Amino acid sequence: MNAAVLLINVMALAGILVAFMDDREKAILSIKIAFKGFMQILPVTLIILIVIALFLGFVSPENLSGFIGQQSGLGGILLIGVAGAIMHIPAILSFPLAASLLEKGISYTAVAALITTLTMIGTVTLPLEIRQLGKKFALLRNGISFVIAIVIALIVGVAMEATLWQ
Amino acid sequence: MAISSQISNQQNLKDWISFGIVLLIAFVFLKIYPSKTGSVIEYFWQYTMEMVLILPAVMLIMGLFSVYVSNNMIEKYLGKYAGIKGMFLSFFLGSLPTGPLYVAFPIASHLLEKGARVSNVIIFLSAWACLKIPQELMEFQFLGWKFMFLRLFFTVILVIIMAKIIEYFFEITDDRL
Repeated sequence: MNAAVLLINVMALAGILVAFMDDREKAILSIKIAFKGFMQILPVTLIILIVIALFLGFVSPENLSGFIGQQSGLGGILLIGVAGAIMHIPAILSFPLAASLLEKGISYTAVAALITTLTMIGTVTLPLEIRQLGKKFALLRNGISFVIAIVIALIVGVAMEATLWQ
Repeated sequence: MAISSQISNQQNLKDWISFGIVLLIAFVFLKIYPSKTGSVIEYFWQYTMEMVLILPAVMLIMGLFSVYVSNNMIEKYLGKYAGIKGMFLSFFLGSLPTGPLYVAFPIASHLLEKGARVSNVIIFLSAWACLKIPQELMEFQFLGWKFMFLRLFFTVILVIIMAKIIEYFFEITDDRL
């Protein structure tokens, strides 16, 4: 049990307690929505867990280091950014995925690129975004998001490696 | 919201089918390479335990937000303010509600129709996408506070720059949408 787990569970418990004191119906509705959301996300969560387990069990750091490891250049970062932009998985599942990549020695830069493009860019939902917000708005938002995701990744990567933080 | 609920139902069925396929592939892999079974199962439990400790709480926090923060409320507040206050509010209100990004598209569309600034709508959508409070708790758990803090800090700065650039593109051609 670490600090993050404790913090999240205390927040959730306190929240639901306050909700029950405020309005029973609303509190029950919150739990129902939470349960429905959980069922929605469950199959993808299980897929990600299996993929992570297979990845960690089968792939050795040596296999990967040339591809997106510490020593690979901008090409690897761009590639992983594109992968994040195309992948359509819920944002909260990008973090365990990222943690498993780090465990295999993939750089913080690559991991930051993956998370940022995964959350900000929606290739699968782009047609929907164009329909509701217009072509110009949607294309500019997704396009520039990709550029800033790469910039964010590079800065975070450098900052994480900096000895100042160790 | 009819579109999004339709999408999520179809999506859920597809996800379960995908799960079946992935499970099958995993079994085939482990049949071919039985020596890997031990470590694969160990990793599976390690990550599953982490998810079990955290995911129900995250979903509960999301449920609470969706009940207490309505889309109407967001539209009402975001339409009202401009300047630094509007920018701050766009970040704040975008980080509160939950659900996938496409749920925010109709809200963003309404905001633009009502004359909200393009930059604020971009900030709102970006905050919705990657500054979610429950989501960030997951990032804290799996990647540590250092990584989470750095990524969030630079994301906020670059999202503001992006919002200004996109607004500029809309201003020079003088069209709203």
